[in-house]
Amino acid sequence: MLRGVLGKTFRLVGYTIQYGCIAHCAFEYVGGVVMCSGPSMEPTIQNPDIVFAENLSRHFYSIQRGDIVIAKSPSDPKSNICKRVIGLEGDKILTNSPSGFFKGHSYVPTGHVWLEGDNLQNSTDSRYYGPVPYGLIRGRIFFKGIYQYAFAEGQPRVQPAVMQGYPRFGL
Amino acid sequence: MAQSQGWVKRYFKAFCKGFFVAVPVAVTFLDQVACVARVEGASMQPSLNPGGSQSSDVVLLNHWKVRNFEVQRGDIVSLVSPKNPEQKIIKRVIALEGDIVKTMGHKNRYVKVPRGHIWVEGDHHGHSFDSNSFGPVSLGLLHAHATHILWPPERWQKLESVLPPERLPVQTEEECLHGSP
Repeated sequence: MLRGVLGKTFRLVGYTIQYGCIAHCAFEYVGGVVMCSGPSMEPTIQNPDIVFAENLSRHFYSIQRGDIVIAKSPSDPKSNICKRVIGLEGDKILTNSPSGFFKGHSYVPTGHVWLEGDNLQNSTDSRYYGPVPYGLIRGRIFFKGIYQYAFAEGQPRVQPAVMQGYPRFGL
Repeated sequence: MAQSQGWVKRYFKAFCKGFFVAVPVAVTFLDQVACVARVEGASMQPSLNPGGSQSSDVVLLNHWKVRNFEVQRGDIVSLVSPKNPEQKIIKRVIALEGDIVKTMGHKNRYVKVPRGHIWVEGDHHGHSFDSNSFGPVSLGLLHAHATHILWPPERWQKLESVLPPERLPVQTEEECLHGSP
């Protein structure tokens, strides 16, 4: 009786550890489902939106300009941010301050990326805290909400395209 | 013949099962709890690699200790290099967020470490690529806390968290809050 209970408990603990580890590996190296909130990526990603992220391109260093990435916030490592990659290392970026008054250029240093939200009026991004180290990037968003896709005009893949009206790279 | 085929099949099945248990568990352990790493370079002399290029120490990196991004001044930590994401660097934490630190060779003489950042330096001043060249580092790049030297055996020891007295922050966050200089 006791042995049976003990055996069951051990088996349960073992399975928990095993599946926990498998889940960790999947979320760390392959990808997962992420819930995005906040207005900074509107209209590409609406406020509470469910997106799919993959971590393979981070591991293979194949993040490109125009990709939407999830990164750890530089000022708070426990929270994540979701932004679009505007410039890679060595690019020259046109930085107008959020007020739009000053215009200037800056170069993205080695090992960094320049992130901006699509909602330029309402986004705390590289214009505010400068270039972000590549090591903070967690994953790349490649697909958003199935249900919106089925009913709205949303595209199956978030287009890594130049945003309309913002010739912001290739200066 | 049939018997030997059955044996192969059973063996293969057991192997697969063990493989799918062992690999994720091992990877998770190495990612979340602890791992070992070889230290290269002279930037942490004399704490690590005192013998120069002929010896290189192996250190134990504790991931569990920094899971909430809590570090103390003086800790030896490993970070993802902000300049090259493929590389890890090992440095000593000199100042935490909110501290004002006197730099050695940075473009500004005094730097206030911003929120969510730390100031790291190698012990071997002048031979280390550290915050004096790339500025404060985001805590999100923190990888692990180096706690012990494991190899070579005669150097087996705990790595103490000591801050060189001349590298104490000029003003710490707590002092700022209490208003005393």
